[in-house]
Amino acid sequence: MASETSAARGATGSAGGLKGLVALVTRHRVLCALVVLALLPFLTPYEALAVNILIFGLYAMGFNLIFGYAGMLSFGHAALFGLGAYGCGVPIAKFGVPWFLALPMGIAIAGLASVVIGWFAIRSRGIYFAMITLALSQVVYYTTYQWVSLTGGEDGLRGVNVPAIDIFGLHFDMLNPTTKYYVLFVFAAVAIALFSRILNSPFGAVLEALRENEKRAMACGYDIARTRWLAFILSGLFSGFAGALYAIHLSVVPIETLNYFNSAEVLMITLLGGMGTFFGAFIGAYVYIMLQDVVTVVTVHWQLVIGTLFVVLILFFPRGIWGSFLKWVRA
Amino acid sequence: MTFDLILLQAFTGVALGTIFVLVALGLSLIFGLLTIVNFAHSQFFMLGAYVGVVVLAVTGSFWAALVLVPLVVGALGMVCERVLIRPLYGRGIDYPLLLTFGLGLIILELVRIFAGTEGIPFNTPEALTGAVDLGVFFFPKYRLFLIGVTAAILVALWFFLEKTPYGLIIRAGARDPEIVQVLGVDVSRVWLIVFGIGTGLAALAGVLAAPIRGVFPEMGVPVLVEAFVVTVVGGMGSLLGAVIAGLAVGITVSMTSLFYPEMTTLSMFLLMAVVLVFRPRGLFGRAGVLD
Repeated sequence: MASETSAARGATGSAGGLKGLVALVTRHRVLCALVVLALLPFLTPYEALAVNILIFGLYAMGFNLIFGYAGMLSFGHAALFGLGAYGCGVPIAKFGVPWFLALPMGIAIAGLASVVIGWFAIRSRGIYFAMITLALSQVVYYTTYQWVSLTGGEDGLRGVNVPAIDIFGLHFDMLNPTTKYYVLFVFAAVAIALFSRILNSPFGAVLEALRENEKRAMACGYDIARTRWLAFILSGLFSGFAGALYAIHLSVVPIETLNYFNSAEVLMITLLGGMGTFFGAFIGAYVYIMLQDVVTVVTVHWQLVIGTLFVVLILFFPRGIWGSFLKWVRA
Repeated sequence: MTFDLILLQAFTGVALGTIFVLVALGLSLIFGLLTIVNFAHSQFFMLGAYVGVVVLAVTGSFWAALVLVPLVVGALGMVCERVLIRPLYGRGIDYPLLLTFGLGLIILELVRIFAGTEGIPFNTPEALTGAVDLGVFFFPKYRLFLIGVTAAILVALWFFLEKTPYGLIIRAGARDPEIVQVLGVDVSRVWLIVFGIGTGLAALAGVLAAPIRGVFPEMGVPVLVEAFVVTVVGGMGSLLGAVIAGLAVGITVSMTSLFYPEMTTLSMFLLMAVVLVFRPRGLFGRAGVLD
């Protein structure tokens, strides 16, 4: 992010061209992201795909905060996404809570889980962090799997009904895919603006300082453990938010939302788009979900494609799509 | 609840723990030298069981499988190290981890394509079926065999690392690869061999676990998490830690299944949480290894 803004400053003096355009896009990143996302249903073969891209883009955005900006590789974000989904789905399906009230409940549950998981995980770093987050996310998976009466266990949670609502005299039928997309889009827009604000805050700067040089940040008097913990919690809130929207989107919560493979998917999306870049999450989600849509029609061996993609990306394009593009423009 | 039953369950836990020990030992050995976490480790474990099925079908001998499987899979591991992981040395700790995760998915999917998604039966070798009378209780012969084999491997590994010139180079390479390089040793070759030994150990664990856990493509998935729990409890890079933590996790799981069956799958994670609270680096973790 720091490099993005510095490029923006550097380019204002120089003549337009691609460099100037990128600088302009970077400066008005929230507006640009929202304009593209508003047009997304026209850029996908069907609306449900656009909803998935929106949700997984949000999820990757939250994940990117901890992985790309704070430099900590979490392998347990499925727990936070999944708890967001169950935390929103269970009140709707079991207690008849209206969906707009269940949504903040899902976020709260995911936030609570990230407080606990984060407390254990931030005591370690590097690869230890990846291993501990993976292990703790499995605790959430097994618990949900066994608690059949509340969660539906292996079959997933069914009956997350989202009836039509009337607000300000407007009628919103959530079963209409286009309406659903734009209702979720409004929520996503708030999250994206908030995310950009966090990155621009002093906290965002400390986060990057930590990633670049932990010892120096410590010497400057920043409380490293607390900054990390807070970053993990914020990341968990965004991921849980995406999960809650997913429950509303699908009307069921599959147990796969908590599976470790879901943690790997968000990692893949973030890498694909470009870790530590603002647009990377949504670009990654677009490419990943479109690719999945095409490949799964042809073959059942989707994991082979994903595995190969992981290996090729790491070996040859560790910056991802947007990261490589930025480097190319600035070179 | 008699004392005999508790003792039997503890013994079963030790037998269960031997698989954890072998898998975690390979993981820890690779980490200690190459400072990479091999996320494909559990797929080498699974591959070991499948290669075991093939060797068993061809030779008809379980003993041939025990010898051949680690050699074949270890050699494959060495190829992966040379071709895929080597270009990543010096590029940060996350990259090899992500790459090996992708490699694991590829191995898993290839096994599904070539061997099918169904499980394959793997019988306990005839000489090891039945139970032996240990005085206080009868104990399955195969589980006793697991404990014996693991003990033998531990002694051999200890001898190799502590008493042979190769072991000396490996230990020196773990402490300071640059100095070892300056002294004229080809460190990259040491890394290659250690990666081979580590994946070979995982494969051996796979074929040993096959008669108990069964052979199916996803058999490695829980193993990765189990091995992580063991290494976190024992301390990353500590071989002694891997042994003690592996047995401790085995006994914990086994005891929980006796007293509180609903918590069986969760018990090892609770153990990990408790250890993390009091010793964030694990029981035998060295200070500075992760900084």
